[in-house]
This record gives sequence, C-alpha cells and structure tokens, in this order.
Amino acid sequence: MLSIKDLHAQIDDKNILKGLNLDIRPGEVHAIMGPNGAGKSTLGNVLAGRDGYEVTAGSVRFNDQDLLALDAEERARQGVFLAFQYPVEIPGVSNMEFLKASVDAIRRAKNLTAYSSIDFIKLAREKSALVDLPANFLKRGVNEGFSGGEKKRNELLQMLLLEPTLCILDETDSGLDIDALQLVAKGVNSQRSPDRSFIIVTHYQRLLDYIVPDYVHVLANGVIVKSGGRELALELEKDGYGWIDEELV
Amino acid sequence: MTVALNTLSARSSIAHGSTPQWLKNWQQQGQDEFAAQAWPTRKTEAWKYTPLKGLLDVTWQKSTESTDEPGIHFDNWNEIRIDLVNGQIQDLPTLPAGVTLRRLTDCSAEQGLAFLARIDAERSGFLFDSLNQALLDQAYWLSVDPGVKVVEPIHLNYISQGVDAVSNIQVLVELGKESNLTLVETFSHAPAGRCFVNPNTALFVDELAQLTHYHLLLETGDIRHIGRVTASLQAHASLSAFHMAVGGKIKRKDIVVRHRGAGARLTLNGVYLPRGNELIDYHTTLEHEVPHCESTETFRGIIGDKGRAVFHGRIHIHKLAQKSVAQLQNRNLLLSDTAEINTKPELEIYADDVRCAHGATIAQLDKSLLFYFQARGIAKQDAEMMLSFGFINELLEALDDEPVRLLLRPLLEGLFSIPGTELAGSAQ
Repeated sequence: MLSIKDLHAQIDDKNILKGLNLDIRPGEVHAIMGPNGAGKSTLGNVLAGRDGYEVTAGSVRFNDQDLLALDAEERARQGVFLAFQYPVEIPGVSNMEFLKASVDAIRRAKNLTAYSSIDFIKLAREKSALVDLPANFLKRGVNEGFSGGEKKRNELLQMLLLEPTLCILDETDSGLDIDALQLVAKGVNSQRSPDRSFIIVTHYQRLLDYIVPDYVHVLANGVIVKSGGRELALELEKDGYGWIDEELV
Repeated sequence: MTVALNTLSARSSIAHGSTPQWLKNWQQQGQDEFAAQAWPTRKTEAWKYTPLKGLLDVTWQKSTESTDEPGIHFDNWNEIRIDLVNGQIQDLPTLPAGVTLRRLTDCSAEQGLAFLARIDAERSGFLFDSLNQALLDQAYWLSVDPGVKVVEPIHLNYISQGVDAVSNIQVLVELGKESNLTLVETFSHAPAGRCFVNPNTALFVDELAQLTHYHLLLETGDIRHIGRVTASLQAHASLSAFHMAVGGKIKRKDIVVRHRGAGARLTLNGVYLPRGNELIDYHTTLEHEVPHCESTETFRGIIGDKGRAVFHGRIHIHKLAQKSVAQLQNRNLLLSDTAEINTKPELEIYADDVRCAHGATIAQLDKSLLFYFQARGIAKQDAEMMLSFGFINELLEALDDEPVRLLLRPLLEGLFSIPGTELAGSAQ
C-alpha cells in the first residue's frame, strides 16, 4: 500500500530525511521510534504534504500512485490521514462545520453522495460518543479551548468519520495521561482492519503497550537504522537510544 | 433644491415653508460653519486615506420619493421596526410605556431648542456634522424613562433611495437612570440610483443604564455613507456596541465614546469587509474623562480584491481618569496583493495609574491553519474562505441577540461562499 524508497527531505535547506526506506502492506501497524530530532515528525508531514518540506530525492508510492505529486488535500481524499501532534485551534469555525466540510470533500472524491445535515449531525454525535467527546464539543470552535487530551480525541473523531486507509499518528501520546492514552489507543484499535494501515510515530514505547505494532523501526539521523518486531520497542525502553550512535560509529 | 459640495455651498438647502425660525437659525449656523471649513484633502490627517472626490463630482439633491425597498427585516424577533426613508418616518409608531419618540419639527420652540442644545454639545467642529446641520432632513429624539427596561428591541430601519439623493438625519437616544434598551440601526439602499447619506446618532446613557447598540451599514451599490456616532456614558452606565460595514463606494464612520461618570463600561466591537473597489474607514475615539472606567474595543477587517480599509483607534485617558482600563485590538486579513489597510492605534495617556493596551496586526491567512484543513481533504480555496469567515464569525458569535447573528451570518456566508455551512442553524 505504501512504499517509501530512498526518501530525502529538507526544511529550510537543512537535510532531515537522508534516504529512508519503508514498505507497508494493508492492515499492518508500523511503529516509528527514535530520539528527538531524528526526523520522525518530518516523515509524517512529508507524507501528508505540508508546505515547507522539500523532497530532494526518492519516491513514495501509495496504492500505485506517486503520492508526492499530489496536493495535501488530494492525499487526504485518497485516504492518507495525519493525526497531528499539535492540532491547531480555529475560533469562529465550528467543529461540526469543519467535520462536515471535510467528510463532504472526501465523499465527493469517492463519488459518494454527501450526507444530509440531519444524517451528518447524527453520525457525528454517534462517533463523538465513541471517543468520549461530549456532543457540545461539536458546536465549539475547532479545538478552541480544548485540553490536550480533548484535542487528541478530536483527531481520533476525525479519523473515525473520514475512514482513511493510511493513518499516521504523530506523537499522539505526547501530553496524555494514562487514562487518555488508553482511550485513544482503544479508539485506534477499533479502527484496525485488513485494509487499513497505521504508522505510529512515538518517542516512548508506552503507547505500544496499548497499540501493539506488527513492526518497529528505529529512525535516527534521517534513516531507519534498525527494524524488528514488537520486542525491539521493549529493548529500546530498556536501553534507550544511546546505543544507536555507538552502532553507527 | 440642490447641493454642490465643491463650492461648500449648502445655502439653497435651508428648509423652506413651515420650518420654524429657531430651526432655520440653527441650520443657517451649520451652513456658516460648513462654509468656513476647508474641504478635506490628502493632506488632512483624518482623511489622508479616504479621498472624498466622489462626493464632489455629483450635484446632490433631496429626494422625497417613496420606495418599495423594505430595508432590513429580522426573523423571529419581536422588535419594533421604524422605517426611515431618506430620513423620514411616515408614521410614528406606538411605543411601550416609558418610551417616547419625538420629531424635531413637531417640537415647541422651547423643546426644540433644548433638543438642539443636546446635539450641539456632542458636536466638535466635524465637517460632516456641520453639513448634517445645514442640510438636516429631520431629527428624532428617542427617550427611555428612568427605570424602564424596554423588552422589545427598537430597530431604526434606514433606507436611502433616489437619484443623486442626499440625506442628513440626526437621532438622539437618551436612556434615563437604570433603564435598559437594545437599539438596532440598519442602513440599506434601494438598488437604483446613487445616494449619499450623512447620519448622526448621539447616545446618552445615564447612571446605571444599559444600552446594547447595533449600527450596521449594510448598503450595497452606489452609496456613499459618512457619519458619526457619539456616546456619552454616566456613572456605572454600560454600552455594548457592535458596528459592521459591508459594500458601497465609500463608508466612513467616526465613533466617539465619552466616559463621563465613574464606573462606566464600554464594549465596542466592529467588522469591516471591503471588496472590489470599496473603501471602508472607521475612526474611533474613546475619551476617558473620569476615573474607574473600562473600555474594550475590538475591530476586525477582511480586505479583498482592490478593497481598501482605514482603521484609526484613539484612546485618550484624561489626567483625572485614574484606574482606567482600556484595551484596543485591531486585526486585519488581506486576501489579495492589491488589498490595502491603513491602521493606526493611538494611546494618549495623562493619568499615571491606568492599564492600557493596544495592538494592530495585518496578516495573510496562517499557513498552519490552512494545512489543517487541507490535511482533512478540504481544498485550499475553501479553507481560505472558511478561515476568513471564522475570523469575523468569532465576533458575531459573541453577540447577545441571536436574530442579529442569524441576519448577519448568511450575509457573511454570501461574501465568503462557505462549503458546509448549511449546518449553522441545526448544529446549535
């Protein structure tokens, strides 16, 4: 489903990704771990198509398309979903309006008819109950005044509504207490399916106690330096990231 | 009866016939003042960015035609609507107990002179006040007796119409001690014909009285709107004001609020949305004359196409006005490379124990906000519209009166053609 080959990317003329390779098949959950500054968030942003990240070499194929040739909105319509590490606040635009505009855009791309307002409100309420977000959060400005945990749950709500095929969770665990973490993990697990894949970017292995990955990759200095199964995350937890420099030297 | 502003001559406009002598004298005085002042040019500080040539090129006349134009109607509001076509009210409405509306020309000489003295007290050599005085079509005096809480909002529905028609209206609103009122002024324009309106609204809010005031310049088409709103607040009085301007050739509003009694509170919010070749100019002045008063002022503008906007916000804390709290914020979004904003917040403080802050920003849309929309499949263009809408809607959402929000929201949506906003009402 996703094939990243020799990906080089830079921001402000600074090289961040330096030849990254990664293959993900449908239904797989891949965790990307690594020290701060390794390029973890850059990977998520490059895949989602954020401005300011320049790909200087390499390719990304997504369902046999050249992902890098698509605009950010087009990638989202094709099924790429980035759960933001720091979701922005948008006062004046209600969460409900935002969700409807988003779901409409994605359904249009799939040649599906738009939901009626009434049906959509019903659906949005149903899904927000699943992530334990009170219905009045739908009326508020997007993320406006939400706590850290509420913002992450709102990201999850968007994932539930948009039903993407590739979900990239960018440090979704940062700033969450253990209850919030479990809740988010439960939501993610409920979305695991044979045709949906996940990239879980995290600094700590803690999240992986709740979302059990098929593969774990260690990203350091812009490349994947080690890949393995779940046990790799546990090793990292025990040994930290200090060994990477030694091995690379 | 014609008016050629380029010769600063409003002589022929003095009302004839049945006009009482005391009113004729007052208008003559206005005309003399008008003639004595220089016409503003690019070098006149207060008009630097607002050229008035468009007013000079036309020979204006008074129009007495009637119109089918309904103006602005609110849905599901029990407001008392009073239609003023080119400044004239056809029939004075029945008003709740404790509320009176007088026409200047119906007043006795004694009453009328008292009325004019109140108006004079608020005027301070503003050119267009003199013009308003010289060309006055009619003046109205709306008063609320002390202690009366008026439940129904009073809506002054101004409609301008005619060919090269000029209208000059004066409204004086007086709230007695501990009274309450919601006053809505809406301005609209019959589609055919070029008009110039120069209204003046003077608000007096006595001790502990509360006024909610909407002043909405919604005219589109060939309209020039210049005018002033003044407000004077006594001890512990409160004024919550919302201003809005969309459309038209030129709109210029001078707003002056004077804190005259300790403990008075003001919230002054406004939005302006010039597009095409439109020009909108707000000049606001807050006079803190006495201690312990509070002002919060927020104006936001979105300027598109070749639109131009001017915002000048002055806060003047007098020497006696210790413990004043005043805040002024002006934020602007430019949607095109040819859009223009000239903004100038200005603090002038003579007391030493005050808390004041001001700020002005001009920006394009925040890229990280845009990306959030795009990452959810929303096209950039739609995202820009939704964000622009949200920037203004944030102030609309803060309005206490839902019917006003419901009137203005579709108007905003029309300006920004938002996707998915049919949810607006049902999501509430």
